[in-house]
Amino acid sequence: MNYYLSEELNDIKELCAEISEKYIIPVRAELDVENRFPAEIIKVMADSDLFGIYIPEEYGGSAEMFGGGSMALCVATEELSKACGGIAVSFAANALGAMPILISGSDEQKRKYLPDLASGSKLAGFALTESEAGSDAGGVKTKAVKDGDSYILNGTKQWITNGGQAQIYTVIAQTDTSRGARGLSAFIVEEGTPGFSYGKKEDKMGIRASSTMELIFEDCRVPAENMIAREGYGFIVAMKTLNKSRPGVAAQAVGIAQGALDEAAQYASERVQFGQKINSFQGIQFMLADMATQVEAARALVYSTAKMIDSGEKKYEKESAMAKVFASDVAMKVTTDAVQILGGYGYMKEYPVEKMMRDAKITQIYEGTNQIQRSVIASALIKETAARGK
Amino acid sequence: MRIVVAVKQVPDTSEVRIDEERGTLIREGVPSILNPFDEYALEEAMKWRDELGGTVTVITMGPPQAEAVLREAVAMGADEAVLLSDRAFAGADTWATSHTLAKAVEKMGDVDIVMTGKQAIDGDTAQTGPGIAASLDWPQVTFVGKVREINEDNIIAERYVEGGCEIIRSTLPVVITVLKDANTPRLPSLRGKMKARKIEIPVWGMEDIDLSGDEVGLDGSPTRVVKITTPEIVSNGEIHHAEPEELAGLIVDALLGKEGE
Repeated sequence: MNYYLSEELNDIKELCAEISEKYIIPVRAELDVENRFPAEIIKVMADSDLFGIYIPEEYGGSAEMFGGGSMALCVATEELSKACGGIAVSFAANALGAMPILISGSDEQKRKYLPDLASGSKLAGFALTESEAGSDAGGVKTKAVKDGDSYILNGTKQWITNGGQAQIYTVIAQTDTSRGARGLSAFIVEEGTPGFSYGKKEDKMGIRASSTMELIFEDCRVPAENMIAREGYGFIVAMKTLNKSRPGVAAQAVGIAQGALDEAAQYASERVQFGQKINSFQGIQFMLADMATQVEAARALVYSTAKMIDSGEKKYEKESAMAKVFASDVAMKVTTDAVQILGGYGYMKEYPVEKMMRDAKITQIYEGTNQIQRSVIASALIKETAARGK
Repeated sequence: MRIVVAVKQVPDTSEVRIDEERGTLIREGVPSILNPFDEYALEEAMKWRDELGGTVTVITMGPPQAEAVLREAVAMGADEAVLLSDRAFAGADTWATSHTLAKAVEKMGDVDIVMTGKQAIDGDTAQTGPGIAASLDWPQVTFVGKVREINEDNIIAERYVEGGCEIIRSTLPVVITVLKDANTPRLPSLRGKMKARKIEIPVWGMEDIDLSGDEVGLDGSPTRVVKITTPEIVSNGEIHHAEPEELAGLIVDALLGKEGE
């Protein structure tokens, strides 16, 4: 489908396609097997100005050129994900890490941190999840205790994307344990801060080119000026961040699904059984037709949500959740069907679809499980209905 | 440091078909690209500009649509571009082409280095670079696989020649032709793409560079193509059917036979 993207958005798409072809596709299988972070490719992306596309010009980025940044981020993430979901998330997770500063940071914080993130000279990560706090953010145990003009952080964050690779982390910690989610605050913590170290590197099912690590805080002293917004606003900062970044995960899912669909359609046009190309069999045709339709529908939902955000709309929590749920479920279904169409070959590592199927799974889980997303959608629906009844 | 990179728009295939009657290449229906060897020259120029400061100007001679490769070069990071385009330039051989390019370089003034790919993938002559040097009466270093050093007065470069490598020191200004061994060309950047869309590219005709009709295009070209053909593929292979051991013997005999020649 032609979405009539602006010339500038097309530039992003073309550039990401070129990066995929020249740098990602040749090494994606190797990075997957070796669980290795694509530092060289990140450098290429930085040199191509990709890290600034969602950051305003004022802070060294170019978001205005692309109409705000959400569509730009989605177009880039989708295109990169067609080639490798793991490399794409290493790119997109920077937006997640930068988002709290972008949305709720002070002008000083923006000036200090965003230009390095826009140029790609530094990477960012977002640290909310802990062993006992995932869907329930109120369960965060990491504590931040005020001491003079700093806070002392103690605790462990887990499964942090870009962990060990990023230099700037936004960390959610408890400043008032008696208030649950309302006792959370957000902090900017730089790599190298005494008391901040990395723990276990995770060995994942998919997106294995991305780095996922524990962040450990032991009496880590963070200046009070590194607090984002105010004490007690951490939960709101985190929710605003996730609402805005979710279309990025949805775009990742669309890209992975499109990549798998392309592989399956190509394979079906070459593979001969019973003396004919298998795409001449209706059983395969209908599968491909459904896959293509689902991918297109997911993309339409993602782009519409991103455009809504770029247009300045304030409330997009429901749409953002819908895009994420739908696109990630489509990615799981389409990649599974792609493996099916490739049959035995699809199950083998010589072909890229088994990796795509493994990469797709995480999109149903991270940045809010699909079950949590459905709760978000339902509660928005209930509120809307109640409002209509008045 | 002012570096000029001479580039060419070529058909996107190394297997262009030939119009045997007219002795020319059939370009219709084949998409055009920036000559891949020129990308290495452009990258080398930009690399040294990034290190030493200065500007990189890309230049090409061709029809108005050749502007596309100049914009591509700007998207990759060239600072400015000039298109040499004039009806009178049509039909130029390598002599007239390099003379025309040289006159444009002369007009720019204060140029330190002209870089270009070792050859274009369509004509494959590798004559234009040396031609520019001859026309400007500048030294030339061809087939450069590595530029070791550029300073205010000199360039030190490695020429990769059959069977070895020559290390050449030359004074500036100089013309060098670049091999793919020199570098990995960078991708365009988003800012570069924006700039490429907006940049005004001056078009210089014959009179702008003080040339007359008998120096350019077909009239300025001493080359006359008598005939151009695709070489026949001659296969001297032999096919033997036998058991592996016997075949191994045949191969050994064949190889020994060759060695004896």
